[in-house]
Amino acid sequence: METDRRGEVHAGALKRRKRVSVVGIAGELFITVGALVFLFLGWQLWLNDLIVGADQDKAGSALGESWSTAISAHQHTTPGATFDDPVVAVAPGDAVKFAVMYVPRFGSDFARSISEGVETAKVLDKNGIGHYPGTQMPGQVGNFAVAAHRTTHGAPFKPLASLQVGDKIYVQTPDGYYTYGFRGLEYVRPSGVGVLDPVPQFAGVAPTDRILTMTSCNPMFAASERIIAYAALESWQPISAGAPAAIAAAVLAKS
Amino acid sequence: MYGALWRIMPGPLWLRILLLLLFFAAVLAALVLFVFPWLNSFVNVNDVTVGT
Repeated sequence: METDRRGEVHAGALKRRKRVSVVGIAGELFITVGALVFLFLGWQLWLNDLIVGADQDKAGSALGESWSTAISAHQHTTPGATFDDPVVAVAPGDAVKFAVMYVPRFGSDFARSISEGVETAKVLDKNGIGHYPGTQMPGQVGNFAVAAHRTTHGAPFKPLASLQVGDKIYVQTPDGYYTYGFRGLEYVRPSGVGVLDPVPQFAGVAPTDRILTMTSCNPMFAASERIIAYAALESWQPISAGAPAAIAAAVLAKS
Repeated sequence: MYGALWRIMPGPLWLRILLLLLFFAAVLAALVLFVFPWLNSFVNVNDVTVGT
């Protein structure tokens, strides 16, 4: 009896399996959707980051090189010369690329353009680093504040937390090279606009230093806080003096 | 679903496997080139600016 019954059940299951079952299709759909989600995450957090990041490095490098080679040879200044106060440019129009940032700590080929504005879709997703409108310009007394993604879209500021005191951050414009030295990190709420003050976190105080402020999301892959990196201007040299040695290769890379 | 896909394909085993690989490569390319970038514009888990 038992054997018979078992045999019956077995045969029935085989017969049923041949037909298309709702549960079977639903199961396959779920597995497919699950695989697609993981594919998307892999693409968004890894593959697309590599592709977009390499594109941004290439574009930044090309922009920097076009500025450094735009001057004729006889305009070059003698090595070791000292220079006056840095040239301060006027803020350009929305989404216009006006500077290139080089950070050796982020990689020897790190060269990302800085555009005016911090709109996500217009600037941060496409161009990389964005400059807070209304904050000061490179080399200006006060606060030159920028923002960039820490994950996805090329993630220019992915290694922001790896900066160490004294690390150089180079900003190149058509006028010259502004060398900032990293000073420290701060973590604030998303509403913490005090970091954009001419003297960060001291509203209304007249600035005397030339500060660079970089903001990004914290923790990584989330946005409940902001990570802030501060740097102070250490030196400046006009474009005719050539690129600082540490970034000379990056400025002329991929030509 | 995938069983039906396997059954409607013609030819011997090696051709079926080849066709299947080509099919999945095409789907993957379409996803990466068109679907994922479009989807990405709706996913914004990483605000990076202060004061927003």
